[in-house]
Amino acid sequence: MRTRSRARRVALDYAVRAASTVSALIGIFFLCWILVVVIHRGSAALNWDFFTKLPAPPGAEGGGLANAILGTLIMTAIAGAIGVPIGVLTGVYLSEYGRGGTFASLVRFTVNVMMGLPSIITGLFVYTMLVVTLGHFSGWAGAVSLVFIIMPIVAGTTEDMLRMVPDSMRESALALGAPSWRTTLGIVFRGAKVGLITGVLLAIARATGETAPLLFTSLNSPYWPGNLNHPTGNLTVTIFSYAMSPYPDWQQMAWGASLLITVGVLSMTILTRLALVRKG
Amino acid sequence: MNEKQPIVSEGGENQIEARTTLPSKITATADSRSKISVRNLNFFYGDKQALFDNDLEIRPNKVTAIIGPSGCGKSTHIRVYNRIFELYRDQKATGEVVMDGENILAPGVEVTELRRKVGMIFQQPTAFPMSIFDNVAYGLRLHYKMKKSRIAERVRKALESAALWDQVKDQLNKPGTALSGGQQQRLCIARAIAVEPELLLMDEPTAAVDPVATTRIEELVDTLKQDYTIVIVTHNMQQAARISDYTAFFYEGYIVEYGPTRKIFTNPSEKRTEEYITGRFG
Amino acid sequence: MKIGSGKHTGYGDVLFKAATFLSALIFSLAMAGVAFELARSSRLSIAKFGFGFLWSQAWNPVTQDFGALSSIYGTLVSTLIAMVIAIPLSLAIALFLVELAPPALSRWVGYAIELLAAIPSIIFGMWGLFVFAPFLADHVQPFLQKFGGFTPFFKGPPMGIGMMSAGIILALMVLPFTSAVMREVFSMTPPVLKEAAYGMGATTWETTSKVTVRFGAKGLMGAFFLGLGRAIGETMAVTFVIGNNHSISASLFSAGNSIASTLANEFTEASDPLYLSSLVELGLVLFAMTLLVQTIAHFWLRHLGKTTGGRQ
Repeated sequence: MRTRSRARRVALDYAVRAASTVSALIGIFFLCWILVVVIHRGSAALNWDFFTKLPAPPGAEGGGLANAILGTLIMTAIAGAIGVPIGVLTGVYLSEYGRGGTFASLVRFTVNVMMGLPSIITGLFVYTMLVVTLGHFSGWAGAVSLVFIIMPIVAGTTEDMLRMVPDSMRESALALGAPSWRTTLGIVFRGAKVGLITGVLLAIARATGETAPLLFTSLNSPYWPGNLNHPTGNLTVTIFSYAMSPYPDWQQMAWGASLLITVGVLSMTILTRLALVRKG
Repeated sequence: MNEKQPIVSEGGENQIEARTTLPSKITATADSRSKISVRNLNFFYGDKQALFDNDLEIRPNKVTAIIGPSGCGKSTHIRVYNRIFELYRDQKATGEVVMDGENILAPGVEVTELRRKVGMIFQQPTAFPMSIFDNVAYGLRLHYKMKKSRIAERVRKALESAALWDQVKDQLNKPGTALSGGQQQRLCIARAIAVEPELLLMDEPTAAVDPVATTRIEELVDTLKQDYTIVIVTHNMQQAARISDYTAFFYEGYIVEYGPTRKIFTNPSEKRTEEYITGRFG
Repeated sequence: MKIGSGKHTGYGDVLFKAATFLSALIFSLAMAGVAFELARSSRLSIAKFGFGFLWSQAWNPVTQDFGALSSIYGTLVSTLIAMVIAIPLSLAIALFLVELAPPALSRWVGYAIELLAAIPSIIFGMWGLFVFAPFLADHVQPFLQKFGGFTPFFKGPPMGIGMMSAGIILALMVLPFTSAVMREVFSMTPPVLKEAAYGMGATTWETTSKVTVRFGAKGLMGAFFLGLGRAIGETMAVTFVIGNNHSISASLFSAGNSIASTLANEFTEASDPLYLSSLVELGLVLFAMTLLVQTIAHFWLRHLGKTTGGRQ
C-alpha cells in the first residue's frame, strides 16, 4: 500500500518538475521568436536612407525615418531632464525624511499608483491640459507625457536604493559633524550610486518604447523636429501608423523602426543588469 | 523602521524590585577635573522613558566601560554625548551633560563643533564608499580648509595612530570597503581621530569583528587613551575588565554602580552588580 | 533632524529638505491632477448618459450614442485569458528558477525573462499582428474549432486577430512581472522550513505546495494583483491584435475592443465634443479600475516589506 502511494507521489513530483521546465522553455521560446522576427524583418529595412532621409509621401518609394529618430531622442531627453530630478528628489524625501508620517505614506502610494498607471491615461491627461488648452499638438506635450513614465520609476528605485544604505553609515557621517544634506548627497548617494543610475536608465528605456501617450500629445510628423510647438515625429507612433497602413514599404519601415527601438531598449536594460551584477 | 527601539525590560516583578531597591549610585566621588559630568539625565523614546536620573563622571584620558544586559540603555546613554539621537524626531533628553564647563544639551550649542570634539565608532564598521585616503580625510575636509599636503600629513598621522598605516600606505586609493572588517573598524577609528577630537565614544566596536582583530583594537584603545578620553560600551564583560579603568554598570536605564574597574569586578558594592558580574543573569 | 540645532547645519539642511518636500508635493499634485482632469473632461458624457454609460452596449458616433460595456467587456475578457494563462505559468517558472535549476542556469533564464519584460508593448503588437495572429489563424484556431466548435468559445471564422490572440499576448507581457515577484517570494522562504519538509521525505512539489506557497501566499497574491494591473491597462499590443470592433461575443475568435484599444484607435477620429468626452470617460473608468487594483496591491504587498518586490 505504502509503496504505491510513494510511487504516485514521485510521479506527481516528476510531472510538476517537467511542467516547470517546459514553462521556462515556453518563456524563452517566445522571447526568441519575437526577437528573431524583429531582427529578421527589421534589418531588411535598415539602410543609410533610413537613418538620414525624411519620410516619402504615402505611396511613394524610399525615404527614411531620420526625423522620427531625432524626435524620439529629443522628447525623451526633455522628459528625462524634467522627470529625473523630480523623481530623485522625491525618492530622497521618502528615504531620508519620510520614514513615518502620513504625507510620506501618501506620496509613496502615489508613486506606486503612477507606476502602474496605463500610459494612455496619462497621455489623455496631458492632452486635456496641454493640447486642448493650447489648441494644437506639440512635442512639448509629448515630452511632458513621458515625464509621467519616468518620474515614478526614478522615485521608486531611488527610495529603494537609498534605503539599502545602512543607517550606521548616515550616523557615522553625522557623528563626524556633517550636516544632513551633505550626508545624503555625499555619502548616501555615493553608496547607492550604481542603483540610482540603474533606475534612471530603466526609466529612460521604458519611456523610449512608449507609444500610447504620444498618440494624444505629439502625434506624428513627416518633418524635421524644429519648433517643438508642433506635432513632432517619433519612432513609436510612426510604427503604429505605418503598420496599420496599406503600404508594404511603410510596413517594412515600421519593422525597421521596431528593430531600432528594440535594440535601444534592450541594450539599456542589459547595461543596467551588467552594472548591477558587477556591483555584486 | 530605522528608529531605535525603546528599551523593553524583561520580567515584570524584577522590574518593580529594581525600581524600589536602587539607592544612589555613585560610589566614586565627583571630581571637578572630569571630562564629562552627567547630571540627572533622563531620556525618552516618545512616551517611553529609557534612562532614569543618570549621574556619571567620565575621567579624562581614561577608558570608561559601560556594561549591562541588552536593552539597559548603554548605547542610548552615550548617544547623548554627541547628540546623535536628535536625528530621530521623538527622542528626547533632559538634564545636564557638562563637557569642559559647558552643558552640551543646552540650546545654542554648535552641534557640528561638538561632533568634531566627540568621535563615535559604531558596532558595524562603516567605511564610506570612497578611497581609504578620502575616508580619513572626510572629517578634515568637513571642518577645515587645509592645504593638500597638510591633509596628507594628518591622514598619515591618524592611520599611524590607528595602527593601520603600514598595512595601507601603498593602497590609499583603494576603496575603504575593500578592507577586512577589523581593518575597516580601525579605518573608522583613524577617521574619527583625524579631526583631533577630545572624546571617543565606542559602541560595541568589536562585536562584529573577528577575535584576532578584536585583540588589535583593544591594544589600540590602550594606546589611544594617552591622547583621548574613551568611553566604550560593551556587552563583553571580560573585555571591560581587560581594557577599562572605570566601569559603569547599567540596569534598565539606571546606573546601578560606577567606580574603578578593579573594584567593580572584585568587590562590587551593589548586589545587582555582583549578580551580573558573576553571570547570574545577563 | 532638529532644524536650527546648530548654526552651520541650519540653512543647508532646511533648503535641502524643502527641495525634496516640494518635489514630493509636485508628484502628489500631478497624480491628483490626473484624476481631477479626467473627471472634469468627461462631464459632458456623464451628464448625458449617467451611470447607464457603464452597461450600454451602444457605440455609435453617428447617432451620438456611446456606452462603455463593449470596451469594458473586452478589457475584462482579455485580462481573464491573460491571467488564466500567466499565473500557472509564472508559478511554474518561479518554481523552476528557485528550486529546480542550478544557480547559473537559473540566473540566465532569469535574465531572459527580464528581457521579455523590457520589450515595449508596440513590439509585441507588431509581432502579434504580422506573425502570431496569422499563425493562430492558420494552425491553431482551425484545430480548436474542430474539437471545440460545439462550445460558444470557438465559433466564427478563425481570423487570428481577436480576443484570443489579445489574451495570449497579454499573458506573455504579464508573465515576466508575475514570475519575477513569485520568484522573490519563493526565494524568501527560510531554508529552515524547506529543509524540515525535505527532511521528512517530502518531494519537491510537496514542499513547494505545502510549505513554500503557504508561507508566501500573501506575496503570491500581490504578484497576482501586479499582473492584473498591468494587463488591464496594456494598450498597444492589444490595439494591434484585438480587431477594433465594438461587439460583445462569447467566441474567443471574435474581434473586440478593450478600453485602451478604443482610446488608441478612435482618439484621432473623435471630432465632436460628446465623442471626445465619452472617450475620456472611458479613460476615467480605466483609471478607476487601475486605481482599485493598485490600491489593493499596494496595501497587500506593503506588509511584506520592500524586499519582496514591492516595486518592479
